[in-house]
Amino acid sequence: MTSARPLDRFRSSGLLWPLVAIVALLAANAIVRPSFLALRFQDGHLYGSLVDILKNGAPTMLIALGMCLVIATRGIDLSVGAVVAISGAVTCSYIAAAPDPTSARAALVGMGMALALCAVLGLWNGFLVAALGIQPIIATLVLMTAGRGIAMLITDGQIITVRNPVFRTVGAGFLVLPVSILIAIAVFVLVAVVTRRTALGLLIESVGINPEASRLAGLRARTIRWTVYVFAAICAGVAGLMISSNVSAADANNAGLWIEMDAILAVVIGGTSLAGGRYSLTGTLLGALIIQTLTTTVYSMGIAPEITLVFKAVVVIAVCLLQAPKVRAALGRRTRRRSAQPAPDAEPGAERSEQTPTGPIVEKVTQP
Amino acid sequence: MTTSATPVKDNASPRALLGGRSIPGRVVPVIVTFVLFVLLFGVGAARYDGFTSGQVLANLFIDNAFLIVLAVGMTFVIVTGGIDLSVGAVVALSTMVAAAGLRAGLPLPLVVLLVLAMGSTLGLLMGLVIHHFEIQPFIVTLAGMFLARGLCFVVGVESISIKDDVFRSVATSPILLPGGVSITWSVLIALVIVAVAAWVLHRTRFGRTAYAIGGSEGSATLMGLPVARVKVGVYVISGLCSAIAGLLFGLYMLSGYGLHAVGMELDAIASVVIGGTLLSGGVGYVLGSLLGVLVLGVIQTLISFQGTLSSWWTKIAIGTLLLLFVVMQRAFMRRQP
Repeated sequence: MTSARPLDRFRSSGLLWPLVAIVALLAANAIVRPSFLALRFQDGHLYGSLVDILKNGAPTMLIALGMCLVIATRGIDLSVGAVVAISGAVTCSYIAAAPDPTSARAALVGMGMALALCAVLGLWNGFLVAALGIQPIIATLVLMTAGRGIAMLITDGQIITVRNPVFRTVGAGFLVLPVSILIAIAVFVLVAVVTRRTALGLLIESVGINPEASRLAGLRARTIRWTVYVFAAICAGVAGLMISSNVSAADANNAGLWIEMDAILAVVIGGTSLAGGRYSLTGTLLGALIIQTLTTTVYSMGIAPEITLVFKAVVVIAVCLLQAPKVRAALGRRTRRRSAQPAPDAEPGAERSEQTPTGPIVEKVTQP
Repeated sequence: MTTSATPVKDNASPRALLGGRSIPGRVVPVIVTFVLFVLLFGVGAARYDGFTSGQVLANLFIDNAFLIVLAVGMTFVIVTGGIDLSVGAVVALSTMVAAAGLRAGLPLPLVVLLVLAMGSTLGLLMGLVIHHFEIQPFIVTLAGMFLARGLCFVVGVESISIKDDVFRSVATSPILLPGGVSITWSVLIALVIVAVAAWVLHRTRFGRTAYAIGGSEGSATLMGLPVARVKVGVYVISGLCSAIAGLLFGLYMLSGYGLHAVGMELDAIASVVIGGTLLSGGVGYVLGSLLGVLVLGVIQTLISFQGTLSSWWTKIAIGTLLLLFVVMQRAFMRRQP
């Protein structure tokens, strides 16, 4: 695989189509409105549509990163949207109830409490999945359903508004770039370094490919699964802080609504299979950007915002179809025949991990 | 996702199939759900005046007729080991298409046919993509959900009220039962669908194949079962059920709106799981899903009778119940030899 030429490696990495999609979207925007790509520098802040895309996409990116690791262990976390709501609710209600609602201390303690609670929620998900062995999709469905109720309980069903400069920095502050972008990038770099520069990433993938074999090989599969759920919940917590800080309010009903779906989409568009195993952090980031760019594009082209969903559906299906093993095999057949070197072993390897052991037999039976 | 759960089924099914004369493990959750329903109803009867009246029971069906139909369709999909997240959005789209069609002056039978055809077609398309391109049902139906919601807003952004006389009279005319209890036509339709679905899933080749696919798709194929047809078929059934549920929801709300039924797919999935169907596929009963819906309904009724509890307690209660059932299923399946 390493001996293959860079272009082949890139092609097999699965980043090609997401990248094409995002470039196409940006190009379409630039054609319709040439000022789209313009950036301007004002009062030490960077402004422009591109910055907006990054800023609005930061929470999704963050959650998608956490989700990516969860999916890599063959899990899924549906509860992140509810965790977003809880995180915002805890912080805002603490700040609002503090003796001095504008102090930095109230903001920091509130955010600390929210993140601690999110970690506990992550532990809970991890407990259900890793310790009790419940299917991830249903284990996290529990918190997805109950979580919004809990958030409503915390805020007492009200939308709590706060005025706290420190809290506002997280979602709406600037440090040349918006702070939320910097946080998302920092987390991305952190995750990339921790999982790709150590063996952790490999271990996560091996747990996803075969939990039982990993355990027998001496991996602490249970601890690893547990950890990724805690990490995903903390990511969701930080995203919740961004979302509620951006509007200086906690809305238990609508904060982070359907963000879990966006995050899962981002991960899948980025080329990570829901069947677990191989994951791509860069792909995930690109996936989140595609979703956000798409939303922004629809807005800036003057199409009714409600129709965004139709475009989202089309893009999702298109990208997923292009990445489907069957379609890729059909597309790749030509290139493979031409190159005729062992490079293609990267692709069948990836496919094998996604199929059940009976997969190849099934194909043989159905073909004639 | 599926592989991790296969041992569970492999342990459970041979015993039930080979005639372990004790109650097969797969029925126990349904019995527990029924007991829970009776218990919850008993709690209500003990605490509140008028809870025991037949009308309260009838209202459970009236208020949840659409959810019953949705859960029935979802049962088919989940039995094959799939999932359908698009149902809530298809319900909304159905109400929207029905309302817009009636407003445009189309005859009612044509509108009904149109809605049913649309739901089935959406299901068919999703099923084809899932089966032939081997993309996970979760993602495909998620895209379907986005598509259906988006199409709602293409039809119209505002809520459209339904003014058709026949439609309104069907919605409001009660059917009197002995004992002064009245139900609506929706309830009757929903119960007929439950009966038909139970027959199809438990008594036909199609249903048997659906269970076989949920147990092991590879084995089902090797046995020469029509896997492709059934696998696509369950999504068509789910789409059709969503469309019917959409019409019933239209009868209930007398309007079409793109934001109707937000999150209803989760209620449907929760009912199916509480009804004893395993999300990994291969185990489940239509009747269980009906009971699951009734349990959710009785919780809502209890909370509204209590009066002091806020609506968000419903969500917490459903989550807790889901948890209890999942843990129970897990514990029970582990004890099987």
